[in-house]
Formats: sequence, structure tokens, C-alpha cells
Amino acid sequence: MDKTIDEINRRIREGSARVVTADEMPAIVSELGEEGALKEVDVVTTGTFGAMCSSGAFLNFGHAEPPIKMERIWLNDVDAYGGLAAVDTYIGATNKSVTRAESYGGAHVIEDFIAGKAIELRAQSSGSDCYPRRNITTEIRLEDLNQAIMVNPRNAYQRYDGATNTSDDTLYTYMGTLLPHSGNVTFSGAGTLNPLCNDPALRLIGSGVPILLGGAPGMVVGEGTQHSSAGNFGTLMTTADMNDMSTDFLRAAYMYRYGPTLYMGVGVPLPVLDIEVVRRTAIRDEDIPVSIKDYGVPSRSRPLITQVSYADLKTGRIELNGEEVRTSSLSSYRKALQVARTLKQWIEEGQMTLCLPTRRLDPSKQVKPMRETRKVALVQEIMQRKVVTIKEDEEIPEAAKKLLKGETNHLPVLNEQGRLVGVVTTFDVAKAVAHPERKVRVKDVMTRNVITTRCDEPVDIAAQKLDHHRISALPVVDAQNQCIAILHASDLGKLFKPGGQGA
Amino acid sequence: MKLLVKLSHRSRPIIAEVVKDTGVLINVDRARSDAHEGEEALVDVPDEFCRLISEKMRGLGAEVSILEEGIRHDRDECVDCGSCISVCPKEVFSFNSEWELQVETKRCILCGRCVIACPHQALSNNEI
Ligand code: SF4
Ligand code: SF4
Repeated sequence: MDKTIDEINRRIREGSARVVTADEMPAIVSELGEEGALKEVDVVTTGTFGAMCSSGAFLNFGHAEPPIKMERIWLNDVDAYGGLAAVDTYIGATNKSVTRAESYGGAHVIEDFIAGKAIELRAQSSGSDCYPRRNITTEIRLEDLNQAIMVNPRNAYQRYDGATNTSDDTLYTYMGTLLPHSGNVTFSGAGTLNPLCNDPALRLIGSGVPILLGGAPGMVVGEGTQHSSAGNFGTLMTTADMNDMSTDFLRAAYMYRYGPTLYMGVGVPLPVLDIEVVRRTAIRDEDIPVSIKDYGVPSRSRPLITQVSYADLKTGRIELNGEEVRTSSLSSYRKALQVARTLKQWIEEGQMTLCLPTRRLDPSKQVKPMRETRKVALVQEIMQRKVVTIKEDEEIPEAAKKLLKGETNHLPVLNEQGRLVGVVTTFDVAKAVAHPERKVRVKDVMTRNVITTRCDEPVDIAAQKLDHHRISALPVVDAQNQCIAILHASDLGKLFKPGGQGA
Repeated sequence: MKLLVKLSHRSRPIIAEVVKDTGVLINVDRARSDAHEGEEALVDVPDEFCRLISEKMRGLGAEVSILEEGIRHDRDECVDCGSCISVCPKEVFSFNSEWELQVETKRCILCGRCVIACPHQALSNNEI
């Protein structure tokens, strides 16, 4: 016995619709059976609350006197887009403030607007006959704007990969703090409550469908950027009026050493039309696989470490290579529940009726990687092949001589087989000279834990290593750990010289 | 109970002396040495010996204060995401059955990892 959307909306208007949250559905289906659940339940509400970088808002400020065509625009010193009509802009969530701490960004401007705070608008123009004014500075609040329309290019990912880190260093990523040697696992998403997980074939979620966005009634615009539903990574483009939003469902955030981002609450109500909908919305955390990827490898295709489910992750521990590792989420399950329950309440009170997509999203779409026409610069293009090395059994004065002659601050140290075993710097040698007691040989003073690079490593990754470890040179080694060259921080500049590769 | 102990560079091995004199076993949670400010240690002692140990240490020239509250948690800023949970070495954080963050401040050793990990600046502590 299928139901029509009109029938469901009639029940909503009459106040007799049965609305449940997506986490309640599995139990209802196992109790009543699929037919029973179809008869009993009219609407299933979903919800998620997590970091959604690809968010922002169109703002219209109204005209000033004399009028200005704003070409460069800052809101609380966060750059907003200036390529729109005179007094329109788009503020993106992840832009950092140019003057405040880098933990303040576009997301914070958006949250401050919604919280009712005054924001400083600064704008510049080159001036035109119709818009003579060159600059403006003023304080505005949300209520002063003509429009503040949030349009988020990519929200509510169908699912996310989990993250761990097999490298020797702590990493600070958009997946949070990742401890070295797989010390923890982080994940995101609300599992059974995730909107797109409850409609993977995209029968119900598409353009024009009403949603909860940041606490406001909004709608799905269409497919989100990077939508890749063929691989279960569908996304949504969403919109709602910022004036109706609340900081209960939208929060600015800052990921350490990554930057600002916006935590958004997004919920979609799903009409229970037929058995297919019942079956899909009965999905449990156990049924949703999550791939744990190694963020210790700085590449687009990060190695898969293991496959688990949301149910496993939510226990707070999973097993990785025979060891128990703690897991924790970046998104809030409590807030996701709050989103789904608020939607449920709206519908029960008749404040929101449902509709089917006016245009469906493509369930077979697959994301493509970027086409790159210029090859990425590799270490071999800028490394110094002439490298002065020293043997570990040599005496300190010999190292001092080589450092002087080699005009370098770093001497790679080799063992008898010619393999790299350490590095000595001018500083190590100076220290040894100051305290000559027992430090007679290079191996007594060298650093043994050497950070290295390889000739086929992209320059950006080598630069990141220099930065991360606050060092100024990397020995370049081959597969046998022979030191074949050295890369100095100063070599990075070569890429930007005329005739250089990058520029 | 956690005690913050400040020692000057030239002081005697105070912690060892106190352990030897009193026979009370002291756990050193964290220690830091600073060129200007001297040494600072966060130690854990059984509650019933807290006074005795503090007095002994003060007698030997250390500054001792009780660490009442480890990590500070701002409920209004917190969204109950859980980012702090897996980075904490002392398992200070957990969820209750409502997925609300619970904080057992007494176990905190002020390592500061969670302060960095919290995306909502809801955690802060006194630097050690
Ligand atoms: S400071 Fe360290 S020990 Fe204390 S709660 Fe934070 S992570 Fe845990
Ligand atoms: S990381 Fe911060 S916001 Fe998230 S649960 Fe912990 S204290 Fe709350």
C-alpha cells in the first residue's frame, strides 16, 4: 500500500502524521515489519551536525550615499568576494581574518551576524561615473542587510572516511589532531541519522526539497560540489535565510593549524512513500561502512588501513593491527539528534510540509580528480647534488673543517657501508667544542633521527617537512638509504626565479 | 590529589627527599624546566597525605599549590563533538548515554593536547 506525497501532507496539515527520527526506524521496522512500518510511519527525519567548510552567504548591504561599487570587501577584516554587483558579496566560511588571530574567519563573521553582533564592513573601489565613492567603513548588523542568504556549495556528505596517522609526528588536519603511530582514529558524520545515507538512490532528496539548515527552514538547491554518489559520497548544495538561523544549529570553529570552518546543522525530512523508503531508512550504524585512511601519507589517494562501521566507531575503540585504538568524532551526534528532533517537531506542528524533488540528483555521478597539465616540481629539480658528507667515526675537528669548506650548516653522516645514519650541524659541532669531555667523534654528537626526502618527492611535501620539524636542510636518500644529495630550505626559492619551474 | 610544585634551579632533590622521609609514594605526572622560571612539576599524591607532603616540600624551599581544577570546560562553547576524547592520554573525557560530554577534571595532567584539539575553543587550562 504505497502512499502519495499529498496524502502525507494532508496528514501533516491535520496534525495526524506519524513522524519519527531516522535512528528510531530500525527498531520500528523490526517490530512491525516493513508493511507495518509503511502503514505506521509517514515521515522520517534525518540530521547531521559537523564541519562543513564549503559554506558561505550572499549578502546585500543596500546603497551608500554617495554610492560605491565595492571591489574589495572585508567583514571584520575577513576578505569577502568582490566580483559581484555593487553592494553584493559572498563571504566564505574558511577565509582567515587578515588582522585578527588566524582562528577568526568567515565562519565567525557568519556566526557573529546570526548572534546579532555588529560587524565592521570595509570596502574599496576604483570609482566610476555612476559609483564615485572610493571607500567606506561602517558597522552593520544582520537586521541592516537587505538579504543574507546562505548558499552552501557542499554540505551533508553521504559519508566520510575516518582518519588515522601512521607517521612519527602528530598531524593537525581537518580531521582534527591525529596522534603519531596510529595513536587515535577520528571520524565524522552521524551514521544512521545522515540524510543521504537514508536515501542513497536519491529518490527523495533533490532540488527544491525542504530541509533544516542552521536552524532555519531552507531547501536543497541541487547536487553539491564534488557530488560523487556512485561511490556513496553524495553531497548537497543547500540554502536558507540567515535571519531565521540560530547559533544552536550553526557554530564557527577553528581547526588548529588548518584554519576556520563552519559547523552546520543540516536535516532532511523523508516522506515514507513505499517499501523501498522503509527499507532504506531502516539503515543502522552497523550497515554503514567507514574506511579508515592513513593521513600520514600526504597524497590524494591515502592508503586504506581498515574498514569498520559507525557502530564500531561509536563504541570509542576499534582494533588496528591487533591493538586497541581510541576513536572519537569531530561532528556532534547530540546536535545531529537535536536537528532530527527539531525537524520532527516542525512537521508534527504542521510548520513544514514535504515535496518531491523538482529536479533529481544524478545517482550515478562520479567525482574526477583535477586535470594537471604541468607536472608538479620534484625535489630532484632543486636539490644540490654536490653534497659534503662525513663518516661517523671521524673526529670533531674534521667535521668542523668540512662544515667550513662545504659552506653548509648540515653534514650528512654515513656509516661504513655509506648509508645515512645521522646528521651534524654547525651547532652540534660548536657544542662539542665547548664541552670536549667525551664527545670526540661525529657519532657522539650527531642527530640520529634524521628527516629525509627522496628525489621523486614533490617539493611541497619536502617544504612541509622542513616547516614541520623546524629544520633547514633535508638529506636526499635513495632506496638503499645512500645520501645522494641535499635539499636546503634556501633551494626552495629556485622555483620562483625566472627560468625556474614553478612560478 | 594533584600538587603543583615549583622548585628553583639550585634546590636539592626535594621530591626524592620527601619520598624518603615520609615513605609516601609520589607520582610525577608532568615536569618542566625553564631557563628563567626554574623547574615545575605536577605530582599526584594520595589525598590523606596531601598536607604532610605540601608542608615537607615547603619546608625544603618549594612553592606548593593544590591543583583544584585541571582542564576548564566551557559548556556554552562546547557542541559535544568529541574531538577532545581520543587525544587525551588520561581519558578525562567521555560521553554519557545522551551523547553529552563528561569531563573528569581531576584526572587531568595539563598536557594541553585537548586545548588544541577542540575546534570550538571550549577547553582551556593553566599552562604548566
Ligand atoms: S590537558 Fe591533557 S590530560 Fe588534561 S584533559 Fe586535556 S588532554 Fe587530557
Ligand atoms: S572538542 Fe571541544 S566542543 Fe568538542 S566535545 Fe570536546 S570540549 Fe566540546
